[in-house]
Amino acid sequence: MSDDIQSRGYAHPEVLVSTDWVQEHLNDPSVRIVESNEDTLLYASGHVPGAVHVDWTSDLNDQIRRDYITREGFERLMSRIGATRDTTVVFYGDKNNWWACYAFWVFQLFRHTNAQVMDGGRLKWEKEKRPMTRDVPSYPPTRYEAPERIDANHRAFRDEVLAHMQSHGQLVDVRSPEEFSGARMHMPDYPNEGALRGGHIPGARSVPWARAVNPEDGTFKPAGELKKIYCEEKQLAASAPTIAYCRIGERSSHTWFALKYLLGFEHVRNYDGSWTEWGNLVNVPIEK
Amino acid sequence: MSNAALPAKLQDLIETFEMFPDAADRTNMLLSYADQFREVPPEVAERPFDKRHQVPQCESDAYVWAMKRPDGTLQLHFAVENPSGVSAKALAAILDRTLSGLPAERIARVGPDIVERIFRQNISMGKGMGLMSMVQAVQALAKAATK
Repeated sequence: MSDDIQSRGYAHPEVLVSTDWVQEHLNDPSVRIVESNEDTLLYASGHVPGAVHVDWTSDLNDQIRRDYITREGFERLMSRIGATRDTTVVFYGDKNNWWACYAFWVFQLFRHTNAQVMDGGRLKWEKEKRPMTRDVPSYPPTRYEAPERIDANHRAFRDEVLAHMQSHGQLVDVRSPEEFSGARMHMPDYPNEGALRGGHIPGARSVPWARAVNPEDGTFKPAGELKKIYCEEKQLAASAPTIAYCRIGERSSHTWFALKYLLGFEHVRNYDGSWTEWGNLVNVPIEK
Repeated sequence: MSNAALPAKLQDLIETFEMFPDAADRTNMLLSYADQFREVPPEVAERPFDKRHQVPQCESDAYVWAMKRPDGTLQLHFAVENPSGVSAKALAAILDRTLSGLPAERIARVGPDIVERIFRQNISMGKGMGLMSMVQAVQALAKAATK
């Protein structure tokens, strides 16, 4: 953590570390740095020295069901990256840490709470011309005993989302304004988003996920600016249960992170079924 | 599209990739292509690039040009504006290397299914759509060049 992060007024500043901090801990055996990206070639093209690659499709998703890895799968993953339950796992990645937050979120389903995100991600690290390497490190496998995955605290399923919507609960749609309005489904030359219907879940507020970051270096905006967006402009209350969604739950894990840890929302969940589920469900309400 | 319909250089490349079922090996091969990527020269296009050359649905913000040579063959050029667009750069280098110098009609017959054969598990769903879109953009330009 750095003084800068400390001074931004976050509810839980300890979940963020600075690029300085990471560089100082490159050889710290109690820290494992994890890169997660959209582009699976990106890690191989150069990464933070000592960082391991965790790929969202092959490492975090179940390979058959549309679900996440099981307890055994998580244990295998942690063993492969040489992490114990005491290891501090620091995530970073491309696209303003979008996939890093997604990996962080999956780790929370297994309550590996000793986890942080490097503020600014790859973009800031590269801009600061910090060391990068193509050397893939290998760490001695560990024996990691994971608890069973518990979804209830962080993950929302469709029936819960429907009930939440019907009781006028807070919903945040973090997709682009075109996807929110349903216009994106009709744009010429674009393949559809994998959903049969366009629009959004009724009552959802539209806050594209990237509004939470400073575009020039990918760092999170200070709490004051985030409050202006989420709490003033969009009238979301930190005390009310909140569900965030996008297309498959990746962008919304970034918003989940910002709401839960930076603004201190008390009960926020990520609906990973998101629009690829809702937009294909028979007879659920849709707003345009 | 049958294998026989692919231009020889592209067919060779795909067969080489198929000899390496391991994702890590293919990652290294794709990376070596990405390293060979050369951006569109300024005599063909300069920033800000013409949006008509932008590949739709490609998150890496890719652009493609097809310049007709006097002998009727095409020279492909690409730009990838997202510095993290390594896969887009790899595919651009592969398309340039295997298709540039062929007649437009030949290039127009190369379909987006080659993306899956080259990248296999090295792509995610969203990324795959963007890469296939790059091939479709090349196809569209090649078709236009035959007219």
